[in-house]
Amino acid sequence: MKRTVITVVGKDSVGIIAKVCTYLANNRINILDISQTIVQGFFNMMMIVDASEAPKDFDEISEELEQIGSEIGVIIKAQHEDIFDKMHRI
Amino acid sequence: MINIHEVIETNKMIEQENLDVRTITLGISLLDCAGPNLSEVNRKIYEKITTTAKNLVSVGNKIQREFGIPIVNKRISVTPIALVGAAACKTTEDFVTIAKTLDQAAKQVGVNFIGGYSALVSKAMTTADQLLIRSIPMALSQTERVCSSINVGSTKTGIDMNAVKLLGEIILETAEQTKQKDSIGCAKLVIFCNAPDDNPFMAGAFHGITEGDAVINVGVSGPGVVKKALENVRGADFETLCETIKKTAFKITRVGQLVAQEASKHLNIPFGIVDLSLAPTPAVGDSVAEILEEIGLEYAGAPGTTAALALLNDQVKKGGVMASSYVGGLSGAFIPVSEDQGMINAVEAGALTLEKLEAMTCVCSVGLDMIAIPGNTKATTISGIIADEMAIGMINQKTTAVRIIPVIGKNVGDRVEFGGLLGYAPVMPVNKFSCDNFINRGGRIPAPIHSFKN
Repeated sequence: MKRTVITVVGKDSVGIIAKVCTYLANNRINILDISQTIVQGFFNMMMIVDASEAPKDFDEISEELEQIGSEIGVIIKAQHEDIFDKMHRI
Repeated sequence: MINIHEVIETNKMIEQENLDVRTITLGISLLDCAGPNLSEVNRKIYEKITTTAKNLVSVGNKIQREFGIPIVNKRISVTPIALVGAAACKTTEDFVTIAKTLDQAAKQVGVNFIGGYSALVSKAMTTADQLLIRSIPMALSQTERVCSSINVGSTKTGIDMNAVKLLGEIILETAEQTKQKDSIGCAKLVIFCNAPDDNPFMAGAFHGITEGDAVINVGVSGPGVVKKALENVRGADFETLCETIKKTAFKITRVGQLVAQEASKHLNIPFGIVDLSLAPTPAVGDSVAEILEEIGLEYAGAPGTTAALALLNDQVKKGGVMASSYVGGLSGAFIPVSEDQGMINAVEAGALTLEKLEAMTCVCSVGLDMIAIPGNTKATTISGIIADEMAIGMINQKTTAVRIIPVIGKNVGDRVEFGGLLGYAPVMPVNKFSCDNFINRGGRIPAPIHSFKN
C-alpha cells in the first residue's frame, strides 16, 4: 500500500487536528508522521499516513476528507506520497 | 521521510504556479490496419484506437486524483495516415474518410485531439503523400479533433521544396475552408523539419514508424514554476540564474516521469519518453515570455532575447535529462504567440516581430508557432516562411516547425480568438517582398554538409 500525504491548509481554529485524527482512527488509518507550521498566516498541517488497513479505497477517503475540510473551513487534500518523494529525492 | 516544507513547495507549484502535466499521449501503431479495402481499413482503425485507448482517459483521471496533479490533456497519436491509407486511398476524399474515422474514435474514447493525419516527405512525396496533403483542407474543416503534420525536410535528406510550395497553398486553402472560425484549421496543421517520432504535443504529434505497437509519452509543463523560482534570485548572476532553472526543471520533470510510469503501469503499455518542454498556456503566470522578462528583458523580443531563450532552453534540458529515464519529443521551451499571454503582450507592444521570432527558433524547441498573419498573404510568401524555418532546422540538426494562421478577412492589428488552450493572437505583419521565383523553382534543397561547422 502506498503511503499517503494528507495536507490541511486554512485558518487556524480549535479542533482541526482532532477532527481529522478522529476520522483517520475511525477508518483504521495509521499516522506515521505529523507536523504543522504557519505560512503567511495560514495553518499548514501535514500527515504521512498508512491506509493499508483502511476498509475504504483512496478515492472515498479523499472525498470524505475533503468534505470534513469544507465543514470546518479548511482545505484537506490526500495525495500519494510518491509525488513528493519523486520531486524532492533523487 | 518527506518534510512539511517539501510538501508545501510541491503543492504551491500545483495550486499557485500552474504546475501540471500537459498531456499523456498514447501512441498507437496503425500499420497493421493497412490494406487495399478502404472500408475495412476504416473499420480496423476505429477498432484498434477504441480498444487500445479505452481506458486512457479514466487512467489519466485516476492519476490526477491520486497524486493531486492536474493532467490537462489525454491524447492519441497514430502512425502517419499517408502510410496507413496508401494502399486503400485513391482520391483525396478517400483520405478524408480516414480523418473522419479518427475523429469519431477520438470522440468515442474522450480525447480532445488525435494527431497523425500526417505524411513524411522530407525527400519527396509519393502519390499517397500528395493525396493526403491535398486532402488536409477538407479533413481539417470537416473534423473537430484531428491534427495534421507534414515533415518536409531533415538534416539527412534536405528539404522537399515541392512539398513546401504545395503546403503554402494548402495552408491558405485550410484557412479559407475554416474562415467562419477565424481559420482555426491552420492551428491544427504543423509543418516540420526533423520531426521527432515520439512527440506527445499537439498539433504535431504522430506515432513514428520507429515506434512499437503502443507507447505512453508524457509532456510536462511548468513555465509558471520557473518564473516564480526566478523571482527569488532577481539580480543574481548567470550562474545562480542557470542553477535555479536547472533545479526547477528537474523537479517539474520528475512529476512527468512519475505520471508516465503510473500511466504505463495502469494501461499496461510501455513508457516511451518524457518531453521536457516548457509549454505555456494563455493563463497569466503560465508564460515562457514572462520567464524571459524575469531574466531581465522588458518584453520578449528585446535585444538579448535570443541569448536569454538559449540559456533557458539549455538549462531546462540539463535539469530535465537527469530527472527522467528517457527524454524525447521536442524538449525545450515553446514560444507560441497565441498560447502565451506574455508573447501576445510583446507583439501588441511592438517588441516582437516575425523576424525576431525566427531568430528565437534557432535556439529553442520547435519554431514559428500559433502566429496569426493577414489572410491576404500570398501562398508563396507562406512557403517562403516555411522554407526559412525548415532551413534553420536542417542546418542546425534540430527540430523546427511552422504553425502559421493566415486569418481570412483579418489584417494587421486585428485580433483573432481561437479559444481554450489555443488562446488569442494579434495579426502580425509579414514582409511584403516577393519570393515567387524562389518558391516556383521546384525540386529539393540538397542535404547539408556535415563538417566545416561555421
